[in-house]
Amino acid sequence: MGTGMKTTLTRKLSLAAAAFALAGGAILATPAQAQRDPAYEAARAAGKVGERMDGYLGIVGAATPDLQRMVNDINIKRRAVYAQRAQAANATVEEYALTAGCIAIAKTVPGEKYQAPDGSWQTRTSAPPQRDSRCPA
Amino acid sequence: MIPAELTARCAAATTLAMQGGARPITRAIRSLVLVTAGAAALGGCISVEAPERPIVIELNINIRQEVIYRLAADAGNTIEENADIF
Repeated sequence: MGTGMKTTLTRKLSLAAAAFALAGGAILATPAQAQRDPAYEAARAAGKVGERMDGYLGIVGAATPDLQRMVNDINIKRRAVYAQRAQAANATVEEYALTAGCIAIAKTVPGEKYQAPDGSWQTRTSAPPQRDSRCPA
Repeated sequence: MIPAELTARCAAATTLAMQGGARPITRAIRSLVLVTAGAAALGGCISVEAPERPIVIELNINIRQEVIYRLAADAGNTIEENADIF
């Protein structure tokens, strides 16, 4: 009888250990980051869309309904993220968005479009982008 | 022996005005202010003309650099964590 109880306990313990291992594995196996939608990635690379100064995505050339829909969709998502994080950081959505814009422009790769402080669209080169004077280094 | 004296200065039974003397200076100033205010209300019209172009206030200008610096690290993380929309 004593041996039987011991066996049950051992089994329970090993089950618990297995559960822990599974949970730990699940955390470790979480995908690093969701990547850009292929259509978005292609539009960026083609210079059809660019990073605006205010932290949102802009259409550079002629707007097509598909492009407009995609840009609107991304900007709505961005705004939701900005609003949430701005509240946590005790800042306004505009302040947070502008800061994110500074960084997003800095992170553009050569060939992509971004908006310069004068409002014009520029193509990113290997040189640092033209940014608002208030942007952090 | 301590001489008897008043603890506070006693007001005169008759004021200067009662005696037919000069008017107290405070009243003179008060009446002068009233006259000046009346004159301003009657004669001094200030006209404000509406500008020809609408007034546009660029809100971005109000965002200060120190705020951007404070938010920079947080915004950088946000971009990293939401790589699908940036």
